Amino acid sequence: MTQTLTLDGVHTHIGRYHILHGVDLDAPLGRTTMLLGRNGAGKTTTLRTIMGLWRASRGTIRLGERRLDGERPSEIARAGVAYVPETMAIFSDLSVRENLVLAARAGLMDEARLAWIFGFFPALKKFWASRAGGLSGGQKQMLSIARALVEPRALLLIDEPTKGLAPAIVDGLIACLKDIKQRGATILMVEQNFRVAREVGDFVCVMDNGRIVYAGDMAALAEDRALQGRLLGLSLDSHQ
Amino acid sequence: MTDIGAALPKPRVDVWPALTPLLVAAVAAPFIGSTSTFVTLTLASLAMGAMLFVMASGLTLAFGMMDVLNFGHGAFIAVGAYSATVVYRFAAPLAGGSLALDLLVFVAALVFAALVCGALGFVYEKLLVAPVYGRHLEQILITIGGAIVIEQLLLALFGTEPIDLSPPLAFRGSLSFGEIAIEKYRLVALALGLALFVAQLVVLSRTRIGLLIRAGVENREMVEALGYRIDRLFVGVFMAASALAGIGGVLWGIYQNQARAGMGGELLVLVFIVIIIGGLGSVTGCLIGATLVALISNYAGFLAPKLALVSNILLMVVVLLWRPRGLYPLGAR
Amino acid sequence: MRPLSGDPPRGWPARILVALVALGLAAAPFLFTGAKPLGVAEKICVMAALAASYDVLLGYTGVVSFAHVMFFGVGAYGVGLSLYALGPSWGALALGLSAGLALAACLALAIGLFSLRVQAIFFAMVTLAVAYAFNVLASQLPDLTGGEDGRSFRVPEMLRPGYKLGEFLGAAVTGRMLCYYLVFAGAAVLFLILLRVVNSPFGRVLQAIRENPLRAEALGYRIVVHRTLATVVAALAAAFAGALDALWLRYVGPDTALSFSIQIDVLVIVVIGGRGTLYGAVVGAAVFVIAENYLRLAVGAASTATASLPLLPNLLHPDRWLLWLGVLFILAVRFAPRGIVGELARRADMG
Repeated sequence: MTQTLTLDGVHTHIGRYHILHGVDLDAPLGRTTMLLGRNGAGKTTTLRTIMGLWRASRGTIRLGERRLDGERPSEIARAGVAYVPETMAIFSDLSVRENLVLAARAGLMDEARLAWIFGFFPALKKFWASRAGGLSGGQKQMLSIARALVEPRALLLIDEPTKGLAPAIVDGLIACLKDIKQRGATILMVEQNFRVAREVGDFVCVMDNGRIVYAGDMAALAEDRALQGRLLGLSLDSHQ
Repeated sequence: MTDIGAALPKPRVDVWPALTPLLVAAVAAPFIGSTSTFVTLTLASLAMGAMLFVMASGLTLAFGMMDVLNFGHGAFIAVGAYSATVVYRFAAPLAGGSLALDLLVFVAALVFAALVCGALGFVYEKLLVAPVYGRHLEQILITIGGAIVIEQLLLALFGTEPIDLSPPLAFRGSLSFGEIAIEKYRLVALALGLALFVAQLVVLSRTRIGLLIRAGVENREMVEALGYRIDRLFVGVFMAASALAGIGGVLWGIYQNQARAGMGGELLVLVFIVIIIGGLGSVTGCLIGATLVALISNYAGFLAPKLALVSNILLMVVVLLWRPRGLYPLGAR
Repeated sequence: MRPLSGDPPRGWPARILVALVALGLAAAPFLFTGAKPLGVAEKICVMAALAASYDVLLGYTGVVSFAHVMFFGVGAYGVGLSLYALGPSWGALALGLSAGLALAACLALAIGLFSLRVQAIFFAMVTLAVAYAFNVLASQLPDLTGGEDGRSFRVPEMLRPGYKLGEFLGAAVTGRMLCYYLVFAGAAVLFLILLRVVNSPFGRVLQAIRENPLRAEALGYRIVVHRTLATVVAALAAAFAGALDALWLRYVGPDTALSFSIQIDVLVIVVIGGRGTLYGAVVGAAVFVIAENYLRLAVGAASTATASLPLLPNLLHPDRWLLWLGVLFILAVRFAPRGIVGELARRADMG
């Protein structure tokens, strides 16, 4: 059973604005694909379209054999897709525990899995019963990611998880993502921080003006400074 | 075991809004003068507040959760009251019988009203609310249309004369403590209102559905992205809101000793003031808001009757100037 | 000098419809005999003007307000109370009109500024509460406003029914006819002014704000300022319409000048006629007032005819007129959101 994510000629319109102009993208099974690009290139729109939060006006989205385009976000989630939005979207009036309970659709949480999550994010254990709104920015980000990890998922869509986080926390995040990868998850991740992208990504797709303008191995792009400059506007070492 | 005490985020316990009713009571007391009048008025307010709470609580959840502006909510209050008259007419042969039987009819009226309004809420949501979801302007317009149609249907079905309603025999009359007289029925209304308040809090904080509702009030998109059919949940909340309005209508109708088609529209204004003051989506805010509105109505009604309604508007203005999103607004919107 | 500000109704069907209404109103005293048809025509003039002022808010600015009839009432009471207290002179009329307009503008300003503090979704509910309170207040100050009974007053001599100027085209030119033409001319001029306003740069900004408030703000337009100005303009127009109506009725009271049913009627007229078109108010008013006066009787006849059947007579009773209006209104919002004029315009555009 292949669970590769495939986008074919996907267009998205928001109101009068035509944001995605035919996105063709493959996120291979069990691998981490990075989605890079300038601000406004359409990266978040791509993730939201996959998640069904915005409707694709044209094209197809497949997870393995199953078509996702046109489905409701709840159906897409039940197909095994987890979404970590750029805005984190944690429920501030609920406790940390309640936030995670909601994410565990089966209702119960696997103790072992919880322990694994606490290993990366000890703060969540500490503030288990506290109101999520009182957490710091970094802790909220951890909660947002933890929500996607509470149960195994076929596909993780992650939008700029390291934005605004202190370098020490970013290190912890990288370790976490590497561990998730080892467990065989398929990840499609938008990230502005090239160091993180390089460390975590296997493949990379670069977007510009609503289209994929480059797709290939992360390792290859990481070596080629000139290519980086052309695709991403400036040398990405400055993005660290 | 890590040290928990050190850096737990401080629980945000916001007491000030909850104290406002006490403030209002304290300010009004000297003007009212006589202790017995003050106590009578205050107790009457608590009962009225409880009834307003029952009517408004469902609306604030529905509104907070799906941003749905239902100007037809008042119509459900009226439908509830009229449903009670149907039960009473049907049970007329049993009237004057034992206290217990009489009480049973009262309970039956409440249940019947809840069922009728819940069912009506389902139809109303499908026909009027769902088709214009997301468009505020259309929602306002179409629900006003719904309010008009329902009120006219009540007039066509039941006639233009108000229909009498009275409390069950067991709850007629008052209890006296010295100079203070408390109507028994008001105590019952207060108890029922508080019971429904506790019930809602329990459902919201201890059940999975309650969890979904609370999360949905904050960010319905994310709840959907976690795999839940939030639209189905909303229909349920809407039906519950309508049922609560119906129960409130029965209580209020008996309180006023009649069911009148126009009662919905008049109460709608007060209900709106209550949920604006309380903060959208907050059940606790709704209770505080209802208490405040009831206190102001009764105190102003006693001190300056002409200004009763205007004083509630002033209350709303003052509260909004202090807390622009209401006393207990929820999360980040 | 463009009388219609370069904004005629779109499409020939709409133009014909509007022209028919306008001509019918202009020639009403000569086309019909009897007091009732003239009264119907006057009501159409006033409702068209009031609905047009409401369309500026609802259709062009995208603001839902339930306090609009309050301004109508202020204008009516201004004129009415002035003529009552100071006697039937043109001076008293002018004074009352000015006072009414000034008060309306102040109230509009207050509402506009309060909306600064209040969330948009609260605004509609707040205006409902304010309108309700204003209504209650008016009936509770009987010394000033005449309370529930209102005030009857006399108008300047030229406008009284008894006044005779001679004959013209076979009809007697009475004060009643002169008064009618005063109302008609006032409503027409008001309409043309509003047309000019919505077609001005200010009007275009209003529409931009209605379409996309965030974008408009990003472009530098101060939303609250524009909305407040729009409210003031609409309020002044509504007050003027109220003044005209009071003059015709020679009476002012809560039921004719402030009642919430007037607000509902205006809302229905604008929605059914067509939001954001201004002409929709004219067509909608004509359809509504004629139906209210003549169709309702027909329905009432049907009610008596079916008297022996169980539920039908109740549903068809003329007093239940609002029921069918409500159903029609719901259908219009769901299936014909552009209203009569809007739908005709759309078909015309599609060629």
